[in-house]
Amino acid sequence: MIEEVFDVAVIGGGPAGLAAAVSASENGAEKVVILDRNSWLGGILPQCIHDGFGVEETGVSMTGPEYANMYIELAEKHGVTIMSETMVLGFNKKLEIIAVNKEGVYKIKTRGIVLAMGCREKTRWNVMIPGDRPSGVFTAGVAQAFINLYNIMPGKNVVILGSGDVGLIMARRLKLEGANVLGVVEILPYASGLPRNVVQCLDDYDIPLYLNHTVTYIKGRDRLESVTIAKVDKNMNVIPGTEKEIKCDTLLLSLGLIPENELSKNAGVEIDNITRGPRVDQFYETNIPGVFACGNCLQVYDTVDALSVGARHAGKYVAQRLKQEKTKNSEIFVKPGEGVRYVVPQRVNQSGPVHFTLRVTQPGESVFLNVTSDGKKIYRKKLRFVNPANMINFEMNVDKTLLRSNRSLEVSVHG
Amino acid sequence: MKNFHVAIIGGGVIGSAVAWELSKYKLDVVVFEKGVDVCSGNSKANSGVVHSGINSPPGSLKARFCVQGNKMFQELSEKLGFSLKWVGKYIIAKDEEETNELERLKKVGEENNVPGLEILSGREVKQKEPNVSCYRGLWVPTAGIVLPYEFTIALAENAVLNDVVFYLETKVNGLKKTKDGFLIETNKGVFQSRVVINAAGLNCRDVVSMLEKPDFNVYPCRGEYLILDKEYSSLVNSMIYPVPVKELGVLGVHITPTIEGNILLGPSAEFIDDLEATCTTRDMMKTLMEEVRVIIPDIPEEGVISAYSGIRCKLASPSEGGWADFRIEESRKNPGLINLLGIESPGLTAAPAIAKKISDMLSDFFDMSLKDDFKTKRIFDKRFSEMSLDEKSKLVKNNNRHGRIICRCEQVTEGEVIDALSNLLGAKSLSSVKYRCRAGMGRCQGGFCTQHIVRVMEKNFDMDVKEIKLKSSESNLFVGRTRETSEEG
Repeated sequence: MIEEVFDVAVIGGGPAGLAAAVSASENGAEKVVILDRNSWLGGILPQCIHDGFGVEETGVSMTGPEYANMYIELAEKHGVTIMSETMVLGFNKKLEIIAVNKEGVYKIKTRGIVLAMGCREKTRWNVMIPGDRPSGVFTAGVAQAFINLYNIMPGKNVVILGSGDVGLIMARRLKLEGANVLGVVEILPYASGLPRNVVQCLDDYDIPLYLNHTVTYIKGRDRLESVTIAKVDKNMNVIPGTEKEIKCDTLLLSLGLIPENELSKNAGVEIDNITRGPRVDQFYETNIPGVFACGNCLQVYDTVDALSVGARHAGKYVAQRLKQEKTKNSEIFVKPGEGVRYVVPQRVNQSGPVHFTLRVTQPGESVFLNVTSDGKKIYRKKLRFVNPANMINFEMNVDKTLLRSNRSLEVSVHG
Repeated sequence: MKNFHVAIIGGGVIGSAVAWELSKYKLDVVVFEKGVDVCSGNSKANSGVVHSGINSPPGSLKARFCVQGNKMFQELSEKLGFSLKWVGKYIIAKDEEETNELERLKKVGEENNVPGLEILSGREVKQKEPNVSCYRGLWVPTAGIVLPYEFTIALAENAVLNDVVFYLETKVNGLKKTKDGFLIETNKGVFQSRVVINAAGLNCRDVVSMLEKPDFNVYPCRGEYLILDKEYSSLVNSMIYPVPVKELGVLGVHITPTIEGNILLGPSAEFIDDLEATCTTRDMMKTLMEEVRVIIPDIPEEGVISAYSGIRCKLASPSEGGWADFRIEESRKNPGLINLLGIESPGLTAAPAIAKKISDMLSDFFDMSLKDDFKTKRIFDKRFSEMSLDEKSKLVKNNNRHGRIICRCEQVTEGEVIDALSNLLGAKSLSSVKYRCRAGMGRCQGGFCTQHIVRVMEKNFDMDVKEIKLKSSESNLFVGRTRETSEEG
């Protein structure tokens, strides 16, 4: 076994891992390594050839590869070590990582680990679509990789299930490559991707969006022959008699993303049932001291810009932790209340301003974000529009009295 | 025209077991399989259970070959390298009435010479299976599990090693009796053989019809399954079966651990008209969940990572009770045609014993002398994911392609994918890879590895993307290049 020693090891070289590694270096960590399983850095970004990346962060709209490159150059500048085509097989509470690449099996001793494994796409079985099991059924991201990275065309007549951003972007991409995009089917009464993507990817290309619809059957013994779509009621149950068969050779699934945390779970990192990412404190630190989490393995972000901001914080905090042991403080929990699906961080254990991110359960206009402690309102913010597709950020001061109260904070969003 | 001693129609578990058994003898044997690989029909779509023999009536062929086959598995597994675990099974009774059924099964089992049967109290079962509540349980220690495709592939590839010829994507379209054998018409040409073995599974009646009017019907009975994520592998340690459903001649929806740690829920039992309707249905997926929750209430729906169905080849209609024995017999009208009919559960377990029976039957035709150079090979060595860190280190040192992980869910290396694609049968579909090294079988269902496997197919095996198939001749994965380069026209 090959032994290595680093101050900070970042697991995953996608946008979150890059930003965390750069930030850890900027904040004083000397030996930083990124471990990534692919032969390239940037994770999913190199296949995202559309633009819109980096607008919030830099004011410039970049393509995925351009955005990735910005961080890759920064990582190089800071002397971050890159181990690519390297799969992490596990890590432990002593902050030792086991990884493998073509050179051999490694044991990497670290003083801080940043989890940045990203997420995976939901499959047809996550939503239990019955029928045959033909070829021609792809998750949207896999189809995107084939078209954009490998010059391979998955199909010609395409139905897309799920109006997440990748699904919307793939609708346009396939159309531009000459495929016949027959429609995007969404079970919710609204699109789950960003509103700008609905306009730019569907409306501009006359691609129909079937809201309150779902795919109820996949047909084709060999290659996909058709899908059946049907209308759903308010409780998302199929309305009998509304089924319609659409002939197609390809079905793309854009059903949402699942944070990748098998490594975390095996190491004993506590996972939030809703975000399916680690439960962290305001420093992005998990229940295992020295193990931090950021990016889409922490929570599925809406934009890469917001993701990078979070990951930079995580990188800063891991670097700080190298210099300074964590002081033992009392800790309070943060819970989602009415209208809120989840809040990150889930724990606060140091007084001062805390940056929270959350997602709402349903769209709304002119609503209030309230934070309460034991029923008492301690923070209130007016929000003009809220949408489950868009993450909401707010910063709130947590003072010592609140921290010592031992009472959970509840965050709610309602009219 | 190519001339064989024995032609086997069907490369399922029965055809492959027969092929391997016959490969021990100085015979020219050929297998015709219409799929792109062996085990591409119902042989792969079952519970993967090595049955003990308690469920078949004493004196039946099912009982005889099941008990005999069961005893052969340990040695076969060691020789051929497929995985086998004797996890045992509990048949659980909810009340006194069902306990009578356990007593009956125990008696049947004992008549069939199944050892070690024991009726345990609910509390004793709970000690071994903390998630299972029942009134009484029948413990069956000699029930085991295999991966049915791994078993079939190990048999078939060992047969190839001993010079059996497998024609994949080869459909038998016609059979003609000649003076000293049969003419076999296929989409790959016409062949000649002294003996024809009909191991066509669900299509066994079609094969008989090519020569004579069949005296039986096939009643396809679909069984759907759900597969749970490995995360839930600790739900059960052994197989958990309810008391069998009497009316349909099936075993009922059970919970089966698999070799790899996933858990199977199923199968349903539904008589259908179409031999090929291996689909899953919304209603049945719901029913399966409801039925297994009677056994273990907190089985999570979100734990399902895949679903599939297989079709039982039943020779009895539902009105006849759904149960009929295997038929293993030579045709009277067409001597030399050996029919294997209605080989449904416990067919997988019975396969090696049925194969032995066939080689006995063939002594009427050939002098059955053994080859001097018969070889056996463990087709499946220890997987990378099962190795210790030291073993992994050594493996990577010997072949650095094992240092690159291609399937992250199942921890499959590039080396393992290349080995899978270099299989002796020449099977190169994505499913062929999946069934040999598990790439694509995990929770992301190919989300990460498909692109890397496709690259290996292109780079290391020179395959054209248009030719890459998922699982059957017509199941092309792609339509071509997004943009053709000028060289490509």
